Amino acid sequence: MSDQFYVGTRKGLFTLKRGNGTWEIEKVDFLGDNVNMLMHDRRDGWLYSALALGHFGVKLHRSSDQGKTWEECAVPVYPEGAVIGAGPFAEEGMPKTQPASLKEIWALEPGGPDQPEWLWAGTIPGGLFLSKDRGSTWELVESLWDREERMEWFGGGKDEPGIHSICVDPRDSKHVTIAISCGGVWETRDAGENWTLLGEGLRAEFMPPNLANNPNIQDPHLLVRCESDPDKMWIQHHNGIFRSIDGGKTWTEIENVQPSTFGFAVCVHPNDAETAWFVPGVKDECRVPVDAKLVVTKTTDGGQTFESLRSGLPQEHCYDIVFRHGFAIDSTCECLVMGTSTGGLWVSENGGADWTCISNTLPQIYCVKFGR
Amino acid sequence: MLVVGSASLNERNSVPRVAFTPHLKRHLDCPIQDVSGRTLAETLGNVFAENPQLRSYILDDQGSLRQHVVIFIDDQVVQDRGKLSDAVLPASEIYVMQALSGG
Repeated sequence: MSDQFYVGTRKGLFTLKRGNGTWEIEKVDFLGDNVNMLMHDRRDGWLYSALALGHFGVKLHRSSDQGKTWEECAVPVYPEGAVIGAGPFAEEGMPKTQPASLKEIWALEPGGPDQPEWLWAGTIPGGLFLSKDRGSTWELVESLWDREERMEWFGGGKDEPGIHSICVDPRDSKHVTIAISCGGVWETRDAGENWTLLGEGLRAEFMPPNLANNPNIQDPHLLVRCESDPDKMWIQHHNGIFRSIDGGKTWTEIENVQPSTFGFAVCVHPNDAETAWFVPGVKDECRVPVDAKLVVTKTTDGGQTFESLRSGLPQEHCYDIVFRHGFAIDSTCECLVMGTSTGGLWVSENGGADWTCISNTLPQIYCVKFGR
Repeated sequence: MLVVGSASLNERNSVPRVAFTPHLKRHLDCPIQDVSGRTLAETLGNVFAENPQLRSYILDDQGSLRQHVVIFIDDQVVQDRGKLSDAVLPASEIYVMQALSGG
């Protein structure tokens, strides 16, 4: 089992360690700063923290010694003159485009084992960037940026569209599938030279009926791929839960899950694509746990049935929401951790059946990542 | 000509002086700088020539002043946040501040 994970919060980076059977906060880095994305690179052990400073912009720091020391490296920068679409909600007479400037690094993933030092970054607004030198320099993936469909993307959860999910195929590092709020699911099979829009079967209830199945305006909150069975993917979508068994080409909506199918986060079991976990809220218009009781829903049969897991989770007056990057499973599949919008941190060491609260008083939690 | 570093009063009056909010000093070293420039863009350009890392803390990707950064030139708020064309005099005092919003 992993004995270390990291928690990125509104007010700093927390390192958690397991010792004597309990998890404890070992230290805090970047105290006071908004750490909204993290990455631990299993290939070389390097750790990355993305900061979204309220006044001074997005910064990226990296550590080669598990956070003992940090150095600031480069962040993705949009080219001069780059613009994004103003989106469908732009007022009449207003410009149809607006300047592109980095708001957040919203996804950070390592390349494959055959691509040492490669990092993928998904950003707000709507950019995919590639570094081939551990973040010393970044290049915009222009083949995606130049797609005309990009101008139809719009914000989901944030004012501007954002790439939040990057899934590198463990069988072929050149095959990368990404998800965008709101811009659907896209894949490349040649490390970013060409892109295909996927997502048949996804449904966007927030759009007029004739546009609901347009794959380019879908709002997948998070896309995950099973490590051992990579054609099997799950999406926690704005509209509900979707599953694909063909690498994201087609999707089946999973309905009738109690207490709800609305949420942001999803974890898939690394060794069993039929097993996945979700943390439901009431619905789009009311983003709190159903009946103010925090539960995790789990399927072990590909979404045919679900159970609600609540042992150890607050069952009265709980208003915690788990954001899309606030839920993680370790590579040994024994440990799940989730962090919430109101600073609650829970861990389960038996597949979600029982949960232990580590803290209820952390800052707002944006992401959790296992270290090793 | 670029002039950097602390200077006597007479020398300082020959070029603008640029000072930074303590909030910025949490993140990187940014001492007061005396640098030449006839516009804010020129003056900041000379600041960034000495301290390249500082640029991205003050300007966004397209070279505009960050939304939650405000700059005063001789107690006047900068008007041209996009192209930074505001005039700067040799004796100008420039303060780079954080806005009260955005934290």
